[in-house]
Amino acid sequence: MEHKNLSLTLKVWRQKNSKAQGGFETYKIDGISTEMSFLEMFDVLNEKLINEGKEPVAFDHDCREGICGMCSMYINGRPHGPWHGTTTCQLHMRAFNNGDTIVVEPWRAKAFPVIRDLVVDRSAFDRIIEAGGYVSVNTGTPQDANAIPIPKQKADAAFDSAACIGCGACVAACKNSSAMLFVSAKVAQLANLPQGQPERATRALNMLDQMDKEGFGSCTHTGACEAVCPKEISVLNIAKLNNEYLGASLTVARD
Amino acid sequence: MSNGNFFTSSVGRKSIMGATGFFLISFLVVHVAINSLIFINIFNPSDKGHTFNVAANFMATNWVIHIMEVVLVLGLLAHAATGIRITILNKQKRPVKYAIAPTSSTWYSRSMGLLGTLILLFLVVHLRDFWYPTKVAEFVNHDIDQFNTYQVIVAAFQNPIRVVIYLVGVASLFYHLMHGFQAAFRTFGLVNKKYFSTIQCAGKYFAIIVCTLFALMPILTFIGLIK
Ligand code: SF4
Ligand code: FES
Repeated sequence: MEHKNLSLTLKVWRQKNSKAQGGFETYKIDGISTEMSFLEMFDVLNEKLINEGKEPVAFDHDCREGICGMCSMYINGRPHGPWHGTTTCQLHMRAFNNGDTIVVEPWRAKAFPVIRDLVVDRSAFDRIIEAGGYVSVNTGTPQDANAIPIPKQKADAAFDSAACIGCGACVAACKNSSAMLFVSAKVAQLANLPQGQPERATRALNMLDQMDKEGFGSCTHTGACEAVCPKEISVLNIAKLNNEYLGASLTVARD
Repeated sequence: MSNGNFFTSSVGRKSIMGATGFFLISFLVVHVAINSLIFINIFNPSDKGHTFNVAANFMATNWVIHIMEVVLVLGLLAHAATGIRITILNKQKRPVKYAIAPTSSTWYSRSMGLLGTLILLFLVVHLRDFWYPTKVAEFVNHDIDQFNTYQVIVAAFQNPIRVVIYLVGVASLFYHLMHGFQAAFRTFGLVNKKYFSTIQCAGKYFAIIVCTLFALMPILTFIGLIK
């Protein structure tokens, strides 16, 4: 791949805090290597801003290797930018051309309020997981590794669903700000495993109720989520979740 | 323990959409099948709409159909009311809009509210044109036996404006079905890896076949092939 240096115009959402009215700031930036990641480009921008005595742009990141789900930039109308199945931290500047204008916004959803600049509060996801996205186990001696047989197909399906990193891009891309892809990935993962069976019905009910309470929208099956998910979580998980929820609604007495 | 209510939960509301959607789809099958009897007149002009009128009069007077008519209206109202509610609720979930709106899905899957509204408006015109006159004939003039639905249709589609309105209505229905058919299956979890593409395909073909047949009626009448 040929190496180039890019000059870019960035339009970045700046917002002091959750209460403040935000707005776009425009920055010109030169000498961006096509080998850099998108976040490294922001590091360069922030160094420049600090040297000029200005506030750097706040943005979320942690692992920078596509596994933690912290990075969350909405780039040119797409969560995580133009590359398919890629997190913002794994997006590289060779995806752009010299002279491009790049518009960067935070995830936008009622349930994901902006904390500052490009950082949003995704603790709603934590509360959804707390509502049922786990299996309860008694402590004691660990079981033998192969004591519980799991068919290979089920294990594979559970593994695919478990790939969700909780980044929230699905919510960001959805016209309804629905968290169904995220919720369904966890419900489907545990519904496929024997360890998930005892809490299977209440899990689906409680996680979905929590999703509604947090202010996420309902799923109208546009498939926008799957298209932007960095882990390529399938919308079939949502069909499975619906199935689980409907079945549980019929069988579990709720108070 | 959960304290949610199924019918006000997001999945519950969607289930109402799916169930009424399936019911309305079954109505469309009956509607398009009976209407297609009109095409007999292209191949056999001596029929003069007779076959179609027999079927239409049966549908207009049979008491089982009358009951189904009421169920149909209720189903349609439930579908429309729930759809409007879902659309409004979902819109509130993103108070601050993006400068660049996301486009990683088809335009029609994102526009079900708009398409549904167009269909509803079209239905007002459509019922005024064809349903209302048969009711007047049946309950006011008591001459439904002499009522020539076929002639009413042929006369109505001489008007180019009406033809255009009908084509817009059918186009809205087409895109509504392109998304709605498969979405209903997905709402009930009636898809898996194996059948997903089959259901999507079936939805597309269903929309194409039904809407082509509906669209052909005003077009062929207007250009004089049905007369
Ligand atoms: S489903 Fe995909 S887009 Fe949604 S949170 Fe999980 S990894 Fe991110
Ligand atoms: S920073 Fe961890 S996934 Fe991007």
